[in-house]
Amino acid sequence: MSDTPIDPVISVRGLRNQFGTHLVHDKLDLDVKRGEILGVVGGSGTGKSVLLRTIAGLQPPAQGHITVLGTDLSTADEDARKAIESRWGVMFQDGALFSSLTVRENVEVPMRSIPGLSPATARALADLKISMVGLPYLAGDKYPSELSGGMRKRAGLARALALDPEIVFLDEPTAGLDPIGAADFDQLIKGLSRSLGLTVFLVTHDLDTLHAICDRIAVLAERKVLVTGTMHEMLSIDHPWVHSYFHGPRARAALDHADGVSSEKGK
Amino acid sequence: MSSILAPEITIVTEPACTSIVLRGPITIYALGGLEPRFAALPLGTAVSLDMTQVTRLDTAGAWLVTTLREKVEGSGASFEVLGLPPEIQSLLDNVGRAMPRPEAAPVLPRTLVDRVAEVGKGVVGGVGLVLSLIGYFGMFLARLGRALRHPSEFRLTSLVHHCQEVGLKAVPIVALMSFLIGVVLAFQGASQLRQFGAEVFVVDLIAVSILRELGILLTSIIVAGRTASAFTAAIGSMKMREEIDAMRTLGLDPAMNLFVPRILALFLMLPILGLIANLAGLFGGALMAWIELGISPEMFRTRLVEGTDVNHFLVGLVKAPVFALIIGIIGCHSGMQVKSNAESLGQMTSKAVVAAIFSVIVADAVFSIFFAQIGV
Repeated sequence: MSDTPIDPVISVRGLRNQFGTHLVHDKLDLDVKRGEILGVVGGSGTGKSVLLRTIAGLQPPAQGHITVLGTDLSTADEDARKAIESRWGVMFQDGALFSSLTVRENVEVPMRSIPGLSPATARALADLKISMVGLPYLAGDKYPSELSGGMRKRAGLARALALDPEIVFLDEPTAGLDPIGAADFDQLIKGLSRSLGLTVFLVTHDLDTLHAICDRIAVLAERKVLVTGTMHEMLSIDHPWVHSYFHGPRARAALDHADGVSSEKGK
Repeated sequence: MSSILAPEITIVTEPACTSIVLRGPITIYALGGLEPRFAALPLGTAVSLDMTQVTRLDTAGAWLVTTLREKVEGSGASFEVLGLPPEIQSLLDNVGRAMPRPEAAPVLPRTLVDRVAEVGKGVVGGVGLVLSLIGYFGMFLARLGRALRHPSEFRLTSLVHHCQEVGLKAVPIVALMSFLIGVVLAFQGASQLRQFGAEVFVVDLIAVSILRELGILLTSIIVAGRTASAFTAAIGSMKMREEIDAMRTLGLDPAMNLFVPRILALFLMLPILGLIANLAGLFGGALMAWIELGISPEMFRTRLVEGTDVNHFLVGLVKAPVFALIIGIIGCHSGMQVKSNAESLGQMTSKAVVAAIFSVIVADAVFSIFFAQIGV
């Protein structure tokens, strides 16, 4: 492997994205380190999802370089891109499962491209992935429309993890879940990222998620990454938007809760 | 990239113990090659697995090791893994904990009673569907009556809009279709009737078949395909996004606001479309008769007026409002059956088209028998 652990797995330099005359990102720089969980936050319309889609190659940037696992995506040829794409997984907001396939078949889809893998093995591996994301065995036979929102997200995560990627992109993983389901999902992401050595890039609005699992937070504002740092570093940032985001009543409540939990654990 | 270094496996089989050495990356890409080797291992002997030189292990590799361990331990022999780095150990533990335990879905044997019950359910469902369609017809009449008493609740703009959508915009396709049918009838009729020297009867053939049956039936079929699907898709997508529920909570009656303008527009427009289809069909027939048989337009007109009873035209046209109601009610009813997912929208739309076309043909057959009985 050409990259050493010190190298960032994802490195974005001078990124510019625009839709018509509307400038979404300009001179955006961002690094994601190996093995960390990075949370990207920002107001509505600041282009969090656009950033995720750009890094994941779904949207060509107007300008700038994106280097993933040591490969510059803007200059990479088709084969190099394919090789990189098999090393990341993306979970979309509502799972984006193929509705005509069962959950198990959905998880098997990425495995079909692997030469020599027998259907029985693919099936067994899919069952393992389904079990690892905390879904019951019989959920594998169900169609996405028969699952609840939380289960669909888990199934989407199972599909994203099908090939044991090194990087996982999560788009609002806890949006639309009840607080218990959201907390479970947070712990699931944290547990999986630790046991599989995943690098996680997650876009979220959920302050509890930021507190509970993110190693680092990147704040998107003014068309670029304004600051990055840990939760506690965020609290001392002076920028008005960052201040109101992390000192608002909801942030306070989430922080108090997180501190309460950690001090209880300390006892 | 990790797959450049190929995975290797060495298996040494001794009577007492099988030792396996794995080297390189043991990932999902290596699984196809490794699995048959693992499957061929003799059962019942102790296995020792050396993983000192494994550079990378993913969940697929961990799954392979775990299944082997379960198989060996299941056969009563011992299994040991040598040289495990701690992070690989924790992955193995995690996979071991998550190994799926197949649960068989409860399979109930199908008995005769189940089969009979299924037939019964089908019949009840069918009867229920017909009753519910009749209920929608009743609701349409009731709302129409209410609109007469309270004209302010009636949505005139919506009616005009739907008249344009289902009527005016369907004129080109309906006219073209009917023109071509007229051409085909004249051409086929001519080649058959010429054998008897009865070419001139082609006018009667065209007039009776188009005015009485084909003009209105084919128009209805086209409109069923075009409009029933549009009604179902429009109402269904509103249902899907809870707009119908929102209307109810705002005190707006979906039947009055959505069904009445649509069905009424179809009710008003289908006879007009049928008339246009009749004219276009006769025109196409006359044109072909002129070209193929030399029957001049003048002669065609005379023959048409003298030989064809106006009853044929009335019998055809009287069916149009009934077909319109069938198509409109099926379209609206199917729209309301849409569930909260996109698949059901697609399903109901295609079901609506099939049901509307089928019902129109059934109704046409009933009309035929009826008119034959009363001798019109």
